[in-house]
Parts: sequence; structure tokens; C-alpha cells
Amino acid sequence: MNTLKVKIWRGTETGEFQSYEVPRLESQTVLDVVTYVQRRLDPSLAYRFACRVGVCGSCAMSVNGVSRWTCRTHVSKVAQDGSLEIAPLRNLPVIRDLATDMSEFFDKWAKARGQFTGSKTRKDDFAAVNPESKERKRVDAAIECIGCGVCYSSCEVVTWKPDYLGPAALSRAWTLVNDVRDVAQKERLAAVAGDAGCHACHTHLNCTERCPKGISPTAGIAGLKRAILSATLKGEM
Amino acid sequence: MNTRSQVLLWGAQRISAMLLAVCVIVHLITIIYAVRNGLSASEILGRTRGSVAWGGFYALFVMAVAVHAPIGVRNICAEFGWRGRGVDVLMFVLALTLAMWGLRAVWAVVS
Repeated sequence: MNTLKVKIWRGTETGEFQSYEVPRLESQTVLDVVTYVQRRLDPSLAYRFACRVGVCGSCAMSVNGVSRWTCRTHVSKVAQDGSLEIAPLRNLPVIRDLATDMSEFFDKWAKARGQFTGSKTRKDDFAAVNPESKERKRVDAAIECIGCGVCYSSCEVVTWKPDYLGPAALSRAWTLVNDVRDVAQKERLAAVAGDAGCHACHTHLNCTERCPKGISPTAGIAGLKRAILSATLKGEM
Repeated sequence: MNTRSQVLLWGAQRISAMLLAVCVIVHLITIIYAVRNGLSASEILGRTRGSVAWGGFYALFVMAVAVHAPIGVRNICAEFGWRGRGVDVLMFVLALTLAMWGLRAVWAVVS
């Protein structure tokens, strides 16, 4: 039978790659490979997944050095000479094996004021937002983020500056900056400005290149930079 | 440094980068033009001495460098873990030094 040579990271921040042989199947995904190892070869392997169809954002890992959503990554697309090297996401603490601690990643969403702040009550009528408006189109371009952490793992600036908010949190902030119903704009711009915020981005575009949902956090970050400079020059910050 | 100052530094670096893009192109074209018959001090000084236009252009070029370079070095320092008031003061000194050296050089070929 055709087999795949798989190396999987075992351990925490320190550890080593262990080798496994997995049967090669048609239409096999990287998540299928990891699941096979855990169910058939080594039940102590720790990894995370939930939906298996690219919705939940739980199963991101580094595959042959590139961060990817493993449930929708076919082995045929990424295997090099019939082998795979699977590691946990970069830039996040490793809990064990392929499971990373995502707390810091999501805490940064909160720090970037990623929460919607409205002013209406349930007694008010629906807000009317024109789907053709410039703001709504900008929201549409970034709203499908599933919070998988691939962009954060791929970002060199996060590696160099661990306090940098990162592409996902800033992209989320950008969707809210363009939400005409939100009333915390000034506070949000202040939260994402400066050396640990959007102005740290070097426009390397790693996040845009790697995002499995085709979002460009870089474009959102550029929008934030412009909005903040404009607000600063107007004396609003 | 407060967030407002960080944003203004970013803005200053962007604007100085735009100026530098133009200045570097003009400077490169000037070099190619200047060396077409060999390079001599008298030819350079003949072009620059008493010229308000060349003096103004190179003064602007120097000021753009003095603004742009220290902000970039500050960012590099931050990414290597060196941040805070010490590095900000040092970058301010670097900016003044670049401006002083550069303007002195401009003055030497224009006056």
C-alpha cells in the first residue's frame, strides 16, 4: 500500500519530531493524517479540531513549515516527496504536541476593542445599512474570519514584537471601524494605534498570503493606519 | 512615548519616504548626467555654487533623511527588544547629527 512518511512534533516548547507511517488515501486531508496517527498509532497525541469543514478555525497547524487549516488542506497539495512535517502554530505557547494556547491571541482581540458597542435597545427599529455602501463593502471583505490563528502564526512582526496585536485582531477592529452602528470608534482607534498596534505592521503580507478565507488583514491594517493618522491630525486622538 | 507621538512619527516617516522616493530618483539621474564626461570637483561646484535650486533640493533631501532614518532605526531597535526613553533620545541625537552633517555638506558645495 502507498504510505506517507509523517513527522509530528511531540512535546511542548521543547520536544522532538516523531516519525509515523500513514496509509495514503485518495482525497486525504492533513487532519485525516493526524487523526489516523492519534486513533491507530499513538493515542497520546494531542491536537485540536471540531467541525472538519473549515468553519470553526480549531485545526490550524504548521504543515511543512507553512501555517494552514488542516481540515481543508489536501495531502496532495502539500506533501513533498511523500512526506509531511506537522508542527504546532508559531508565535503561540505550545500546550502539548499540536495544541497551542490561543488565550493571548484572543485576548488581543479584546485589547483591540473587537467587541461591538451599540447604542440602540431592543425597542428601537433595525438599523438600515446599505449593502452597496463603502463601509459595508469593507466589512464584507473581512467579516468571514474564523479565528484560526494562521495569520498570527505567519506574521514576522508578532515574532519580533510579542506585544503586537497581530493581523486577526486588527482586521476585526477594522470591520468595527466600518460598522456604522458602532459608537466606540474613538476608543477603538486609540486601542489599535501606535507601536504595538497597526503602526507596527511592515506590510510583509504574510497574513494575506496565508489566510485560508482569502481575507487581507494587511488591507484592513492599512485602512486603520490612514484613519488613525487622519484622526490624529484633526486633533481627535 | 505616548500613542499620539507614535502615530505622528509613523506619519513623518511616510511623508519623508515619499520625498525620498522623488529625491533619490532626481539624485540618480543627476549622477548619471554628471559623470558623462568624467567626474571633477570643478564641474560639480560649477553647477552647485550659488544655486538656490540645488541648495534647496539637497537641503530637502538631507532633512528627509534626517527624519526618515532615525524613525526606521528606532523600529529596528524595538524589534530587537531595545525600547524606551533611552533609545528615543539617542534617535533624536542621530536625527540632529544627520541633519547637521548633511546641511554642512550642502552648504560646502553651494556657498
